[in-house]
Formats: sequence, C-alpha cells, structure tokens
Amino acid sequence: MRQSIIQWFRFASPQSFYPLAGRMIPWFWAAAAVFGIAGLWLSFFVAPTDAQQGEGYRIIFVHVPASWMSMFIYLVMAFWAGLGLALNTRVSGMMAQALAPTGALMAALSLWTGALWGKPMWGAWWVWDARLTSELILFFLYLGFMALQAAIDDPRRADKAGAILALVGVINIPIIYFSVKWWNTLHQGSTINMNKAPSMAQTMLWGMLLMALCFWMYSIAVALMRVRAIILERERHTEWVKHAVE
Amino acid sequence: MQWNSVGEFFVMGGYAFYVWGSFGACLLLMVAEPLLVRHRLSEVRKSLFRERIADELDLQQKS
Repeated sequence: MRQSIIQWFRFASPQSFYPLAGRMIPWFWAAAAVFGIAGLWLSFFVAPTDAQQGEGYRIIFVHVPASWMSMFIYLVMAFWAGLGLALNTRVSGMMAQALAPTGALMAALSLWTGALWGKPMWGAWWVWDARLTSELILFFLYLGFMALQAAIDDPRRADKAGAILALVGVINIPIIYFSVKWWNTLHQGSTINMNKAPSMAQTMLWGMLLMALCFWMYSIAVALMRVRAIILERERHTEWVKHAVE
Repeated sequence: MQWNSVGEFFVMGGYAFYVWGSFGACLLLMVAEPLLVRHRLSEVRKSLFRERIADELDLQQKS
C-alpha cells in the first residue's frame, strides 16, 4: 500500500513525468483516431435524417463533444491548479497551464459550431441567451487564465495567481450546465439526461458519444504534448533536462 | 444510408455551409493545434541542444 502511494508520487516530479507522458501520447492519438473514424462513420452514414432539422442537425456530432470538453477540461484544469496550490507540486501547475489552450479551443469550437447551427434553425448567429452567454464567459475565463499566467514572469507565482482565477471560475460550470433548466432559454434542453432515457435515436446517440470520446482522447494527447514542452522550458537549467535531449 | 449520390452527400440537404463549416473548423483547429505544439517542443529541444554545445565548447576552451 505504502509502496504504491510512493510509486504514484514519483510521477509528480517533472523528471519522471516527462518520459511517462512521452510514452502515453501515441496511445491517446491512436484512440482518438479510432473513435474519430467510427464516430464520423456513424455521424454521416448511419445516423438517420432528423425529422425536424433535416441534415442540419448533424452539427450536433461536433457541437456537443466540443461543448462537453470545454466544460470538462475546465474542471480538470481547476483540479490541477488547486492541487498545485495545496500541495505545491510542480507538475500540477504545468498540467493546468497545458490544458488551458486546448480548453479555449474547445470553447471556441463550441461557440462557432453553435453559431452555424443557430443561424439556420433559429435565424440568428448569436443571441444573448443564458447558455450562450455563460459559454462565452467560459471562453473568456480560459483567455484570462492564459493572459494572467503569461503576464507573470516567475512561473511558480504565475501558477498560484492562475490557480485562484481558475478556482473562482469553476462557479461558471454548473451555471452553463443548468442554464437551460434555470432560465427560459432559446437553446434547446440537453438531449442526454441523467433521469430519463435519451430523446434521440440510438445511432445518433452512439455517434455523439464516439465523437465525444475522440475529442476527449485528442485533448489528453495534445495536453500531454504541451506539458512536455512546458517541462523542458521551465526546467531548462536542471541537469536532467540537459541530458534529456540528445 | 440516406445518400443516393456523392453530390447529395456534399449538399447535406441544403445545409452544406453550416454542416461543413462546423466540421471543417473542427478539423482545421484540431490539425493546427498539435502541429503548433510539436513546433514549440522542437524549438525548445533545439535551443537546449545549442546550449549544451555551447557549454561543451566553453569547457574545451578552459582546458
């Protein structure tokens, strides 16, 4: 028991996490590719045409995964930032920093695909509805986190300041999630609900879940790549980094 | 399958701009991001390598 805990803590050091991340990256890329191919196949060739929205509804297969990931990555980022603040572990802050740009990308894709879905179905690219506005705030939280960290020279202080911002911003996640329930929004309710059976065809649901898995694996792969770059940048004056690159 | 021809697939029941605009943006960003990160990683590796060569040259001059 004790031995296994020590084993896990070993990876909290940049020196042992760097090669571990390197070994994991190809597996996540492979998983992303497999889920992506299967998901796209279901999205375009298996899932039937929607009775109300025709073929336009197919935007759901990228809109929902991007939106889910934008919220989920924020929670993971805040978790690492909080852990770094509490335990002062170096890799935690680097993980939070590595996740932010990918989270911002997902939020941007969620807003972009949402606009392209809103125009044909609602007649408007954008409305100041609770769901859309809170997602826009999420996008700005990511940008704010990145800007704040970039503005502070000392990386450890940047981690601390960023962590506070990330943790305060967590309040926005339940607001996004429940916005369609709490307010009368133009945005439709969630298609997947914890309490009742999903209100969509099985093949549509599977397409959406596979695409979400693809986006998830992609996010892990790209965040691990970025954390490796951050580790080398921040630890460049240590002996092991000098010997890590041939 | 609901498509009778390749053309019909690309027309997407009249929603081509919206559907391909969404999937295209995802593809574009999700190809660009890993390339940018890979570039960042290779830049830091290169600069570390140059630093090490410089250190070794320093040592040689001193000895």
